[in-house]
Amino acid sequence: MRACAKENVSSTSSVSVKNLYKVFGRRPKDAVKKLQDGVSRAELGPHETAAVIDASFDVKKGEIFVVMGLSGSGKSTLIRTLNGLLEPTSGSVTVNGIDISDVAASKLREVRQKNVSMVFQHFALFPHRTVLDNAAYGLEVQGVPRAERLARALKIVNIVGLDGWADKYPSELSGGMQQRVGLARALATETDIMLMDEAFSALDPLIRREMQEQLLELQAELGKTIIFITHDLNEAMFLGDRIAVMRDGRIVQIGTPEDILTDPANDYVAQFVQDVDRARVLTAATVMEPARAVVPLTAGPRGALRVMRDLQAGAAFVLGRDRTLLGVVTDRHVMRQVKTNETDLSRIINQEHASVPADAALVDLFELAVESPLPIAVIDDKRRLLGVIPRITLLAALGNVPTNTTPINIIEPVSIIPDAELDAMLASPEPSPAAASTEGTFA
Amino acid sequence: MITEFRLPLGDIVSDGIDVLTESLRPVFDLIRFVLLSLYDAVEFLLLSPPFWVIILIAAGLAYVVKGWKFALGTIVGLLVIVGVNQWDNAMASLALVLVASAIAIAISVPLGILAARSDRSSAVIRPILDFLQTMPAFVYLVPALILFRIGVVPGIVATIVFALAPGVRFTELGIRGVDTEVVEAGHAFGSSPWRILRQIQLPLAMPTIMAGINQVIMLSLSMVVIAGLVGGGGLGSDVVQALSRIDVALGFEAGLSVVIIAIYLDRLTAALSGKRRTMWTPWRRKAAATAATPASGPAPAPAAATQDAPVGASV
Repeated sequence: MRACAKENVSSTSSVSVKNLYKVFGRRPKDAVKKLQDGVSRAELGPHETAAVIDASFDVKKGEIFVVMGLSGSGKSTLIRTLNGLLEPTSGSVTVNGIDISDVAASKLREVRQKNVSMVFQHFALFPHRTVLDNAAYGLEVQGVPRAERLARALKIVNIVGLDGWADKYPSELSGGMQQRVGLARALATETDIMLMDEAFSALDPLIRREMQEQLLELQAELGKTIIFITHDLNEAMFLGDRIAVMRDGRIVQIGTPEDILTDPANDYVAQFVQDVDRARVLTAATVMEPARAVVPLTAGPRGALRVMRDLQAGAAFVLGRDRTLLGVVTDRHVMRQVKTNETDLSRIINQEHASVPADAALVDLFELAVESPLPIAVIDDKRRLLGVIPRITLLAALGNVPTNTTPINIIEPVSIIPDAELDAMLASPEPSPAAASTEGTFA
Repeated sequence: MITEFRLPLGDIVSDGIDVLTESLRPVFDLIRFVLLSLYDAVEFLLLSPPFWVIILIAAGLAYVVKGWKFALGTIVGLLVIVGVNQWDNAMASLALVLVASAIAIAISVPLGILAARSDRSSAVIRPILDFLQTMPAFVYLVPALILFRIGVVPGIVATIVFALAPGVRFTELGIRGVDTEVVEAGHAFGSSPWRILRQIQLPLAMPTIMAGINQVIMLSLSMVVIAGLVGGGGLGSDVVQALSRIDVALGFEAGLSVVIIAIYLDRLTAALSGKRRTMWTPWRRKAAATAATPASGPAPAPAAATQDAPVGASV
């Protein structure tokens, strides 16, 4: 699903924030100057509270951009500056090319009607309006005639899965359904940017997951740009194409979920991500190692044996043209071929090895890793070999131990045939009658 | 030395009233004329049809807003008033209450909206309301009497001033009590402030505003008797008469009529606000429970108000 969402992301930016400051209090401008001069947030006067400090980021069209932080980190303030509910103290916010930090109230209302809609934490539905009228609210404000707006709203109400509930009042709906109304209200306006302020935080975990999945589906279908605020890292990891981590008003890191997990910018982020279910966030592509024990099919048994000898590996992946993964050969079989002077590796290739697509979550790899003696191969949709995941890498990824800095070669399975035997085998002239005798000596 | 000094506050106010009377005489005459015409018109409407027509209309209203029990009670109560020969007085008093309440509401609701929209105006309005509400009601009669001369008008004016406060307070409370996130949602979808007020804040604050209106009417009724002192006519003048003659029978009959009208008006307006409430309170409660939003604020207020009302009315 995520891969699908990513395809919608284009290079043009929908929302662009530059050096944004938001300070509440008596003399906000002075406070910004102080902050720019390096005064820390805690050292500001008792009357000034810096909610957002020097935030800059670009959200691309069609992207799900998650802002994550604990309560008080300024994320709710940040999202409210994106549609002008709060005016930035300093810096600029550009929405679809319009700088909204410096426009008249009427222009701002137009931007809210046409460009940015919003979904709220506690749903913020209008209790005195039916589900349908709630969903049609944005269109009503835009001045769409009643019949048309109700028809359009009804369509959206059905899309979010509330068929048959259009005439009910919000109080008659469960929490999850109420938030679907909130979602419908935002979607009905057909703005291309959607702000979601802790939109699923007030829901039960099961319903939350369901809504998250539905959001991804809708996003893939409608290609909205979504800016999603959350304090739940798992939610951020699940939804976000990119995540901005906020702390004390500052953005401490922006990156893909994998970036944030595998390469946290500082101890704070590292501490934050330590409780994440890494197995669900990390994909095969992020943890895989370059495959070293590989032989082209054309290398023949001798080439295969040499590679295995050099790496002390007991098996190797055999690649066809374009690095297409054909299968695996083991040292035992290769050895036999060398002895019998066969040259066609393809006869001994074992195709029953574990392989996974690049975007498979680690959680799905464990069973394969247990069953397969070989590292798991990571392949793309044309079966080209991208990399391998040895068991030790899988374990290391979960524990967040960097694997690539260790000097140990991690190649599985380790060869069980003694080096001397291999050397002897390779040293012998190509069609070698001596081979038979060496076999006799060592066997 | 200290005993010789006296703060001439009363004199200042008295002089101020004198200046007002001198300079703005035409204005006060106009106000007097308007109020008097309004009062006469309403009184005419209430008194020109036979009493049973009014009783049936009142009972019909009662049936619509609450049910047959209330309608039946209304008929019995109003027949008692007819039975003790206080019908004309009661209708005169009712006219005074209706005119005064209507004007008080027309002034207090916009003031309440203003107070809710800006902290500064709230800071100005609040102490004025405190002053108006706690100043003994009789005191208003004195300048009112000077400005508007004897008759029903000073009674109406004093009643308006006295009854203003709860209307403003409840309106402010109601609008401020509307879930901020819901108001924010209005802004987020590009609504103008006026549209938000009209479509979101006022409808959602309505139960609380209705409770305020209920209080305005109850306070107006409590002023009816006091208005009798300045020649306001109606039930008030009979009560005042009973007091001066030590006439227990007349006092009781007139007083009971006030009580009956008070209960009728209270139940009627309480039912109006209650009817709207039933549709929304489940949501408010649920929202408060699941999300711990401070939306439940205004909800208990109307209930408390209805309980207080009859007590206030029998003052």
